[in-house]
Amino acid sequence: MSRSDADLLRVSTAGSVDDGKSTLIGRLLYDTRSIFQDQLEQIEGASRRLGEEEVNLALLTDGLRAEREQKITIDVAYRYFATPRRTFILADTPGHVQYTRNMVTGASTADLAVVLIDATKGVLTQSRRHAFIASLLGIPHMIVAVNKMDLVDWSEEVFDEIRHDFSSFASRLTVRDVVFVPLSALKGDNVVHRSERMPWYGGGSLLHHLESVTVGGRLNTIDFRFPVQTVIRPNAEFRGLAGTVASGRVTAGDPVVVLPSGIETTVAGVRTADGPRPHAEAGEAVVVTVSDDVDIARGDMLVRPRNLPEVADTLEAYLCWMHAEPLRLHHRYLLQHTTRRTPAFVRGLEYRFDIDTLHREDAERLELNEIGRVVIDTTQPLFFDSYRMNIQTGSFVLIDPHTNATVAAGMIRSGETRLDDAAPHGESAASDDRPVSPNVTLPDPGVARREREARNGHGSGVIWLTGRPGAGKSTVARALERHLFDDGVSTVLLDGDAVRHGLCGDLGFSADDRAENIRRVGEVAGLFAENGQVVIAAFVSPYRRDRDRIRDLVGPQRFVEVEVTAPESVLLERDPKGLYAAFAHGRITGLTGMDAPYEAPLDPALVVDTSRTSVARAVGALRAELESRGMIPADRD
Amino acid sequence: MSEILPGHLRHLEHEAIHVLREVAAQFDRPHLLFSGGKDSIVLSWLAHRAFHPAPIPFPLLHIDTGHNFPETLAFRDAWVDRLGARLEVRLVQDSIDAGRVQEETGPRASRNALQTVTLLDALKELRVDAAMGGARRDEEKARAKERFFSHRDVHGQWDPRNQRPELWSLYNGRMNPGEHFRVFPLSNWTELDIWHYIEAQEIPFPELYLAHDRLVFEREGILLAVTEHVTLDADETPSRRTVRFRTIGDATCTGATLSDADSLRAVIDETAAARTTERGGRSDDRRSDSAMEDRKRQGYF
Repeated sequence: MSRSDADLLRVSTAGSVDDGKSTLIGRLLYDTRSIFQDQLEQIEGASRRLGEEEVNLALLTDGLRAEREQKITIDVAYRYFATPRRTFILADTPGHVQYTRNMVTGASTADLAVVLIDATKGVLTQSRRHAFIASLLGIPHMIVAVNKMDLVDWSEEVFDEIRHDFSSFASRLTVRDVVFVPLSALKGDNVVHRSERMPWYGGGSLLHHLESVTVGGRLNTIDFRFPVQTVIRPNAEFRGLAGTVASGRVTAGDPVVVLPSGIETTVAGVRTADGPRPHAEAGEAVVVTVSDDVDIARGDMLVRPRNLPEVADTLEAYLCWMHAEPLRLHHRYLLQHTTRRTPAFVRGLEYRFDIDTLHREDAERLELNEIGRVVIDTTQPLFFDSYRMNIQTGSFVLIDPHTNATVAAGMIRSGETRLDDAAPHGESAASDDRPVSPNVTLPDPGVARREREARNGHGSGVIWLTGRPGAGKSTVARALERHLFDDGVSTVLLDGDAVRHGLCGDLGFSADDRAENIRRVGEVAGLFAENGQVVIAAFVSPYRRDRDRIRDLVGPQRFVEVEVTAPESVLLERDPKGLYAAFAHGRITGLTGMDAPYEAPLDPALVVDTSRTSVARAVGALRAELESRGMIPADRD
Repeated sequence: MSEILPGHLRHLEHEAIHVLREVAAQFDRPHLLFSGGKDSIVLSWLAHRAFHPAPIPFPLLHIDTGHNFPETLAFRDAWVDRLGARLEVRLVQDSIDAGRVQEETGPRASRNALQTVTLLDALKELRVDAAMGGARRDEEKARAKERFFSHRDVHGQWDPRNQRPELWSLYNGRMNPGEHFRVFPLSNWTELDIWHYIEAQEIPFPELYLAHDRLVFEREGILLAVTEHVTLDADETPSRRTVRFRTIGDATCTGATLSDADSLRAVIDETAAARTTERGGRSDDRRSDSAMEDRKRQGYF
């Protein structure tokens, strides 16, 4: 999370005209003294002209003439206010279905959504629609403002019923942090100041929640991605790559890979106009220089060698259609993703959401304000992550090359050919590919891994130590776990001997049983990693294909394969379990590395020769590797 | 030093620099509209920072109504010099002389509306495809609806009901020949943010923003400076007051505020406690409830 904008909260609101949304915002601005006297005079005059008795606070936000005349909110309006604790940018969007695209726009940058419910009407379609969009766009926090409590006699019963209705609906969405506030925008109760008319309500006012919610859930702080915007070349000596760090963090000296060329180089420096700086974090606009004279241009992306995004020319995505001209399959569009723009064709429309009921339905077309799931082919490969993992590299827009209009907004699920790698995104592949009840759509069940990682303050993955018996895997694994654990990292240790006693107690040492042993352990490791843990696994795991399967399961960037080794003479001498002696005396057969095969890794992240290095140095090298992948934060600086 | 900026100002700075770089990358002939006011000063400073150590890769463009406070032009030239930027100037007087526009007459005459024609002519002449401005969404309610990248048709007009959606930090600058974009990198800044940033970065600004003694007169509740460009009505009597300006534009319609704020700190304190908007002193906005929206549709900034 970027500490730099902890004092800035971006809020989106949506709600129907009659929910009193504009009145609520007007009230928020008025009671935080963010409205100026001349603005107030202006709307007092306007209210009189419209024949209204009280000052219509809604006129403050409805900026366009048509909006004031028709008393509706057409577009996204941005409002700014500040309290001593925080600065707020509020994107105010209309709630009618024909303004879904505006809601999506407002939600695209929001940290928090305020969903309005009219207490006299209960949970209507509009509130559900807005909540769904907030969930789809990955807004981490939601406040449900139950408005017009004055019209239901400040009734706790009414409030509880609405809370119950909405909660059962929201349990199907991804937004986890949902808070309910009973209020009256018209009278000002629980908007800025706590109301005394609802003593049964123990919570804070709307503003209190806005001021205290944690910011930062939208930035991915783990995976370094740097899309190059433009190249700065004041003279022949200096060649800087200007851009905004999309996610993760970059430090001078980091090894990086340039996509799409795949060329590896090193970050020579990070700078701003103030001069060099040690590093840059997600959201910061900087200039990066690299140490080699590599050909890099706008649209290229710098990433870490062992933490690559997906590179593909086919992707699956949720698409919100934003133009009157409907989606045309196989029609040429331009896809704008980070700083890249490439021709793209929508190959297929898999289904359309009925966003009011959340049902999926078969569809031939996608029209204005409709949301569906599509498969898109691009003519050049894109470098992306799923939207759930990384909003900056998981989002795109489609442009009609003839009108140049922005016709759609897309959220990438994954590349089409991805294996079980979809699972690490908190998007169970099962929910899409297995038969499910036709009436239930789960955009994303469960707490997303990213949320767990954000809370833990570090990434997750599997460190897989492989090697022959006696090589020192368990010793290194235990020392590494102790080191990470002491540093506040949430760890899980899986050790061969331990699982052989329980989980895999029914298995022997045949090739099939060994494979099954590793399969089970791999699944368990994947589950823990998916739940935000750094898993350290120490297994002989002699077969390459068994280890590769785990790599596919958890994703290559999150699978750290380490070969632990020592010369055979050392192994025989150590022989901690007496295996080599037993083998030498013919009491056992099938000993790995002796009469059973051991396939060493072809491209291990690290080789630890325990006969030549101390355990402490091995742990240090492993730590550096985990840091370079962004799995754990670098030593506090 | 940006390191000591408050968090939200750093965020706004990074956002503006990102937008400026997108403009440089997506357009062939961008220009930065420079009025000499605080917003365009901050914008040009950000442009300087965005491309450092290279010079700003586009020229500044000043549409000069000829009704300036003298301090403005002196400041402009010194500032452009310091940035090492290129400056283009186009004069409303030239548009009048060429018969492109007719000067308003009478004591209420203002060249503020005329500059739209000069601006559109200049954009055409210079083949500008992106005109960046320092407008902020908090200034006025029609501006609250502006995009960062705001499309203009071949006549330079804005169609507020048919704007391109703008999501995340993806900006679509595609257009047809003859069309152009207005780009507002400071969209999310407030007046107070501008002053805080000027203070933190130690950016120079015209003295007009600080309290000083000046001969002014009151017209429709607004204090206007007595200059060679305004004609006083019989019942309008000038008096010497301690005032400062919150915006700097055409001298004939930019109202002064009674103020003792004679230092940057004092201006910030005053702005934080202000009970009127900065454009409350602009008589051009008071012509009707939709005055700004109507002018913007025509091509005004």
